[in-house]
Amino acid sequence: MADTRLADLAARRWKVQVVLTVAMVALYFGFILLIAYDKPLLARIIAPGLSLGILLGALVIVASWLLTLIYVRWANTHYDAGLDGLRK
Amino acid sequence: MVLLQEAATRIGEPNRVAMGFFFLFIATTLGITWWAARKTRTTEQFYAAGRSISPGQNGVALAGDYMSAASFLGIAGLVSTTGFDGLIYSTGWLVGWPVVLFLIAEPLRNLGKYTFADVVAVRLRQTPVRIAAAAGTLATVSFYLIAQMVGAGGLIRLMFGIPYETAIVAVGVAMIAYVLFGGMLATTWVQIVKAVLLLSGAALLALLVLSRFGWSPTALFAAAAEKYGVGVLSPGRLVSRPLDAVSLGLALMFGTAGLPHILMRFYTVPDAKAARTSVFYATGLIGSFYLMTFILGFGAMVLVGPDVIRSVEPGGNMAAPLLAEFLGGTPFLGFIAAVAFATILAVVAGLTLSGAAALSHDLWVGVVRKDKADAAEQLKVARIATMGLGVLGVLLGITFKGQNVAFMVGLAFAIAASGNFPALVLSIFWRRYTTAGAVTSMVLGTVSTLVLIYLSPTLQVDVLKHETAWFPLRNPALVTMPLSFLAGIVVSLFTANQEEAQGFDGVARRMHLGPSAYRGVSAGVPGAPGPPSPGAPGSE
Repeated sequence: MADTRLADLAARRWKVQVVLTVAMVALYFGFILLIAYDKPLLARIIAPGLSLGILLGALVIVASWLLTLIYVRWANTHYDAGLDGLRK
Repeated sequence: MVLLQEAATRIGEPNRVAMGFFFLFIATTLGITWWAARKTRTTEQFYAAGRSISPGQNGVALAGDYMSAASFLGIAGLVSTTGFDGLIYSTGWLVGWPVVLFLIAEPLRNLGKYTFADVVAVRLRQTPVRIAAAAGTLATVSFYLIAQMVGAGGLIRLMFGIPYETAIVAVGVAMIAYVLFGGMLATTWVQIVKAVLLLSGAALLALLVLSRFGWSPTALFAAAAEKYGVGVLSPGRLVSRPLDAVSLGLALMFGTAGLPHILMRFYTVPDAKAARTSVFYATGLIGSFYLMTFILGFGAMVLVGPDVIRSVEPGGNMAAPLLAEFLGGTPFLGFIAAVAFATILAVVAGLTLSGAAALSHDLWVGVVRKDKADAAEQLKVARIATMGLGVLGVLLGITFKGQNVAFMVGLAFAIAASGNFPALVLSIFWRRYTTAGAVTSMVLGTVSTLVLIYLSPTLQVDVLKHETAWFPLRNPALVTMPLSFLAGIVVSLFTANQEEAQGFDGVARRMHLGPSAYRGVSAGVPGAPGPPSPGAPGSE
């Protein structure tokens, strides 16, 4: 009984882990491959003093924060609640 | 500007303010060490600060462990001389942290005791796994340590005018004092003090820069583009070979999750939830720091100028100190120089402690004494290992004087990504992982990284000055990391082991519920005997 609930929780956590890790990998390597294959696009100036490349670079950092925030919020609510249920 | 055209800098002259801040830092950290030494009586206190560090404190200390002088001086310098290309590095150094959070931090805290070998060995055969994991740890730590030590010697000579050897010995003595007497508790607080100094120094510099551009980063970038051409805002030559960029990116992203001195920090907090929270704080702090390096770099480009920066030091490493001197005169230069020195000291202390844990906890206690060593012996061996590694660090620093060691940080990340990370992930998430598979992936990951870096342009062309290199990639992670995963999986499938697979049930439980949830393996004892007794797991 407890073991199927644990397996269930483990499976849900695994799904969250994989989705978030893949998102991080895709974001960062997407940025790197854009630099590699489409330099003119990133060189485009979108506002005075701001190129698309600089904006995207800063956004990779902001996206890293958001992904960690999403994970921590998920874990603090759903995962921890699941663990509490199992410990009872 | 006119004043600085002649590089009229006081860098390299004895600087009273720098010396004052430096001695203040040494006095404070030795005071912390004295306080911590009285609380360091057991191995759990020596290696893990008695699991007493709060998530917020550990978040700051993690950031301190990671923000080395290379990232502060190196990235600001790269941005100031190349613009956008330097910024690519800023993002690369951060993206490993979410991976640490998603995959590693919590299972590591729940499964291990002091080292990452604890986690890999938890249901596998102790001796071979611990030897292989300790080898990976020591390789990573040594290369990282050499890079830091050589950087420290050069930096201190450049900033204070002290001879290289004296600087290295001074770093070595202070670092040994912290770790030897104060263990993880002192190391953690040295990290915290240093991280706060570094972050506030960088923030103050960034604010002073922005105050001259109407508090607008884009006005700063626009000024840079006006002066040095719009090219500084767009990609240049750095990522001209996509595979090189992807390979380095892999090493940075997954190497962070395999760095022994980072992983060890997760054992200093009370539980897995605290480990989770501490990575969240660390990611926030490190990200803000790298965003500030954008401002510092472009600020130095506009206010000091790339030519002046290169004339002081060809690598551009003095951009941030020069910027500080321009904005706040000699006192601010002194403060930033002292912060850079503190940064190196703190990072080498963390590295030495994690290396000492591999030598004493994994090799001596786990392999030689088969977990029969009593507490007093364990602590004694840990201190001997600290002393030995500290002296070795000083000797390596002096041996590699004047050598090009910049590649060694990339090498350390590549070994961490190829030797340590795959074994860690597979042992946590894959039931059919076997001892043979784990040893193969760790040994092959480490050895193939060493061989390929030797054959790469990084060593053959940059260091040995040959015309060509046999292996095309500058960082081998693109080949070695998949190779290590593949070898671990294939060998495990060929050496299927019923007992080790059954042990995974306990691992799966303990990974989520913590050590107390699984009675078959008592709280974190690495040498707990193989398969659990049948009655134990069901009792929860």
